[in-house]
Amino acid sequence: MSAGISGRTFQAAAEQGRKALVAYYPVGFPDVPGSLDVLRTLCGEGDQPGADLIEIGLPYSDPVMDGVVIQRAGTRALARGVRTRDVFTAVETVASTGTTPVVMTYWNLVDRYGVDAFARDLAAAGGAGLITPDLVPDEASDWFEASDAHGLDRIFLVSPSSTDERIVATANACRGWMYATAVMGVTGTRTASSSAAPELVSRIRALAPDTLVGVGLGVSNGDQAADVATFADGVIVGSAFIKPALAADDAGTPGDLSGIRAVLTDLAAGVRR
Amino acid sequence: MSLPDAAGHYDIFGGKYVPEALYAALAQLEAEFDKAMGDETFWRELDDLRRNYSGRPTPLTEAKRFAEHCGNAIVLLKREDLNHTGSHKINNVLGQALLTKRMGKTRVIAETGAGQHGVATATAAALLGLECRVYMGKVDTDRQALNVARMQLLGAEVIAVESGSQTLKDAMNDAMRDWVASVDDTHYLIGTVAGPHPFPKMVRELQRVISTEAKAQVLERYGRLPDAVTACVGGGSNAMGMFADFIDDPTVALYGFEAGGDGVETGRHASAIFGGSVGVLHGMRTYILQNEDGQTLESHSISAGLDYPGVGPEHSWLAKTGRATYEPVTDTEAMEAFKLLTQTEGIMPAIESAHALAGTIRLGQRVAAKYPDAQPIIVVCVSGRGDKDVDTAIKWFGLDGSANASVGGEQ
Repeated sequence: MSAGISGRTFQAAAEQGRKALVAYYPVGFPDVPGSLDVLRTLCGEGDQPGADLIEIGLPYSDPVMDGVVIQRAGTRALARGVRTRDVFTAVETVASTGTTPVVMTYWNLVDRYGVDAFARDLAAAGGAGLITPDLVPDEASDWFEASDAHGLDRIFLVSPSSTDERIVATANACRGWMYATAVMGVTGTRTASSSAAPELVSRIRALAPDTLVGVGLGVSNGDQAADVATFADGVIVGSAFIKPALAADDAGTPGDLSGIRAVLTDLAAGVRR
Repeated sequence: MSLPDAAGHYDIFGGKYVPEALYAALAQLEAEFDKAMGDETFWRELDDLRRNYSGRPTPLTEAKRFAEHCGNAIVLLKREDLNHTGSHKINNVLGQALLTKRMGKTRVIAETGAGQHGVATATAAALLGLECRVYMGKVDTDRQALNVARMQLLGAEVIAVESGSQTLKDAMNDAMRDWVASVDDTHYLIGTVAGPHPFPKMVRELQRVISTEAKAQVLERYGRLPDAVTACVGGGSNAMGMFADFIDDPTVALYGFEAGGDGVETGRHASAIFGGSVGVLHGMRTYILQNEDGQTLESHSISAGLDYPGVGPEHSWLAKTGRATYEPVTDTEAMEAFKLLTQTEGIMPAIESAHALAGTIRLGQRVAAKYPDAQPIIVVCVSGRGDKDVDTAIKWFGLDGSANASVGGEQ
């Protein structure tokens, strides 16, 4: 598998003797400008380390892979008027800080925008690629064509239930890195990480040795990040950033980023232990 | 060519747009279903349940007084309302519950809108000793408390879904989320010909019995095939069952009647084919109601069972190829047909089925206007009975549950 654009962020972290931190945050929550502030914060402020790669979520009305925290932020973002085109603004915002952005969203939004048009606008905004939680390589012929035409990374998911055959096929279809869902379940923080994650990653290592692997679903603090960093190339965190953003929104202080900063500091330290 | 293809496509429709985490479960289901299709033991067991538990074959009733409103047509009602639990839903549920046992799974989950599929699933789970959880939008649990209680009495657990629009589509999302985390011991018993492959095909095959029986009944009684068959379409399972054995008979016209709500032109409707566009929802590519960005729009219908913003992919294919015709029927037309069938035949249909009846009136009159000498045979699928809809009818017709007059009391 080629490291593409986004896989290089994993390699750069490895050159520093650590693993990459991948931060997920949806555009449009608490509103579009507010989400751009959060994204800039996640890229790192001043001398503080930020995330190595930013996954920008594009909210969807029917997000079947997401747990309640991301659902809630997405529902509010949609109610407050977020549009597909806003994701390109978010991509530009992240890219302008020097941090690499990828987009994660459900297929119908890309399909509706036009697969080639979406790829074109994503590349033009400085995006590295797309993570597709409900699109597997089997249904992705349009996306193969568009991602090749516009030089974008294709990040597909594998899960503990994936067969060996499907892991190999998915690794071959990916460019950049592969997203390993650590547990059988939707997004959301978990108190204990299961043995499913290291087992899945070791299967991937055996079946597709040159594959860069990001592990997500369940990581919420520095300790868990340090633990996942022992076996994955990248540690993906989402809900843990959105929880404090929801709390700030509920408290009527949506611009308060202190909770997000605290989580980021803990996680950035976690991948550096 | 027989559809769907091996990957579950009906030309551009269908497929498997699902998280990778569900691929293994879908593959297992497909393998088990294919095996069962060719296994006499499976069919014998299912046939026994159909005959001795659910009450098949269902009758084909000629509706003479109702037909007076349908031009010159002979109108035959396929009486799925007479099934155990009151609708065609049991046909699918019994088959999938047997498959669940064959896969060695001990738990089923289901989504439900009005509660008909939830009740049918809870019934099959009780019969076969399976654990059962039903996801239902919060809006629906509030307005269908009776069905919530029925499911609970049958031993099922009912979860009110408060995410998104809190209706059927969100119940489907949460059932899918449950399944992603529980596939080892759980089967997701989808209630209609929608969702990822192999569900549309499997549910069609389990509902096919409707048209297999109807075809034999019409041939036996009239010595010829019907000119048209009609059914209501939400997700489309009773319609697919009614169409299946007639698709290869080119002289039989296929009509699906979608929920037109307040009228498709108002935007408040559930006509995915007539008033929607092609997109991806709930694991399939099909016609859906969506906005400019591809966000799913809320559907509207007086009938909770048709209140769904998508439709099974095979219907999309039948519509695109022109083999079947889909038209919207408004709330008002459906409620008029509900009253008409009740008062001309003594059969109170589900409001879902009333859409098919309203469409049949329209179709019969249209044929009579064009071919005044023809006497077409039209078979209508009466997918369910209307007992569950009495509350809605009370409100619609302005009844208040009080008597017309009283006698014998003190002055």
